[in-house]
Amino acid sequence: MAKSSVIPFGPQHPVLPEPLHLDLVVEDEKVIKAIPQIGFVHRGLEKLVDIKDYNQFVYVVERVCGICAFGHSMGYSETIEKLLDVEVPKRAEYLRVIWHELSRIHSHILWLGLVADAFGYESLFMHCWRLRERILDIFERTCGGRVIFSVCVPGGITRDMDKNTLSDIDAVLDGIKGEYTQLCKTFLNDTSVKSRTIGVATITKSQAEAMSMVGPFGRASGLDYDVRSLKFGAYADLTDFAPVIDDQGDCYARMKVRCAEVFQSIDIIKELISKIPDGDINVPVKSNTKRDKEVSHVIEQPRGECYYYTRGSGTKFLSRFRLRTPTSQNLAGMITSLEGCDLADVNMIILTIDPCISCTER
Amino acid sequence: MAIFKLGTMTLKSVFKKPETLKYPYETKEPYEKQKGFVKQIDDTKCNLCGICSKKCPCGAINVDRDAKVWEINHFKCIQCQYCIMSCPKKSLEMDGHKPEISTEKKIEKIEINNG
Repeated sequence: MAKSSVIPFGPQHPVLPEPLHLDLVVEDEKVIKAIPQIGFVHRGLEKLVDIKDYNQFVYVVERVCGICAFGHSMGYSETIEKLLDVEVPKRAEYLRVIWHELSRIHSHILWLGLVADAFGYESLFMHCWRLRERILDIFERTCGGRVIFSVCVPGGITRDMDKNTLSDIDAVLDGIKGEYTQLCKTFLNDTSVKSRTIGVATITKSQAEAMSMVGPFGRASGLDYDVRSLKFGAYADLTDFAPVIDDQGDCYARMKVRCAEVFQSIDIIKELISKIPDGDINVPVKSNTKRDKEVSHVIEQPRGECYYYTRGSGTKFLSRFRLRTPTSQNLAGMITSLEGCDLADVNMIILTIDPCISCTER
Repeated sequence: MAIFKLGTMTLKSVFKKPETLKYPYETKEPYEKQKGFVKQIDDTKCNLCGICSKKCPCGAINVDRDAKVWEINHFKCIQCQYCIMSCPKKSLEMDGHKPEISTEKKIEKIEINNG
């Protein structure tokens, strides 16, 4: 009978991108069970609603995660607007979605670089992060910051983009598309990548439904769910949007879905730039919240559906704010995918899932 | 073969302009909307109302009406620009240049001469 042992994995590990601890129960190089442990970056940010009013708290929410920063500020702002029955100008909705899709492109290119680095393709990692710098340059030019933007607030946005900036963004995306196509082909057509990822850590559609997986992780297993299909905000004005789905459910399918989503996001941004209306970008939001009024909202972050819940207190302070991030929803799927895999595949499986533990723990 | 595509990309980068600047010998001019540090435009516009201090999410600004002093702790400031947006006199602005390197955590104090 094989002898089982427990190998601790993380939170400090050379190829683990996130501070997550896993106790891997292994028998002869096969992982039998993975027991997760999180809490290494818990900062208690949700508690800060007690001392910061809803206008100040947006700056806390966007610091939950560096990659998903704009998404969190957008989701929180839209939740507050629902709570206070505020209608945001159309131009602000368009610009929010443009920034959000740029965040998604940035996240997926960063992720591809990390996966390539884990495989040993350091030059592909460098090329991906070089491409990412162009997106960060757009953010720096339009928002002032590369990672934390502070442009999305309840009521709209604080900065506008003129026609020249929008056409420059269009040109940069054309350049990125060409180079990113080459990087994807190089990576996805490689025989060693295929041999290490095809058929590995497969999650079937029924398993994905049972565990309520979200985001590219769920869509790679055939789940047809993307919050952008619900047509909130400027997503309602897209002519043709369909989630990118793959039915294989293995690591290779997850990689293909993420690579394809970058091209989809580029098309979304180009369409919105061509259609963006003129007008205001902000309405003042100063009223008190309604006592005990509860509101929830969802947006599609780069890692999946992110759920925001808030409750008013009758003052400018919220009595409760809760954020359920996609990675916390996908943890069950991650643990299931690790069972039965080889020990050497663990970090690669975790990378193809693209966890964001700082979002999960807040 | 796919691997040669990456090789051609890498070879092209040998002849292209480098993506990085030779800092500190080459510096980049900040963009118009670059985040940097908050400062008073001049010392006459501010009326010491204290709205910026109340709005600041991290308590970086302190206003002393009796001493006519406006002070900011740049180490606490998160460059959110909420103070700049809420100032009724529009007396604050953000300078996108890098501030001078400091060897100690000091608070910048500005005396307001608004008559």
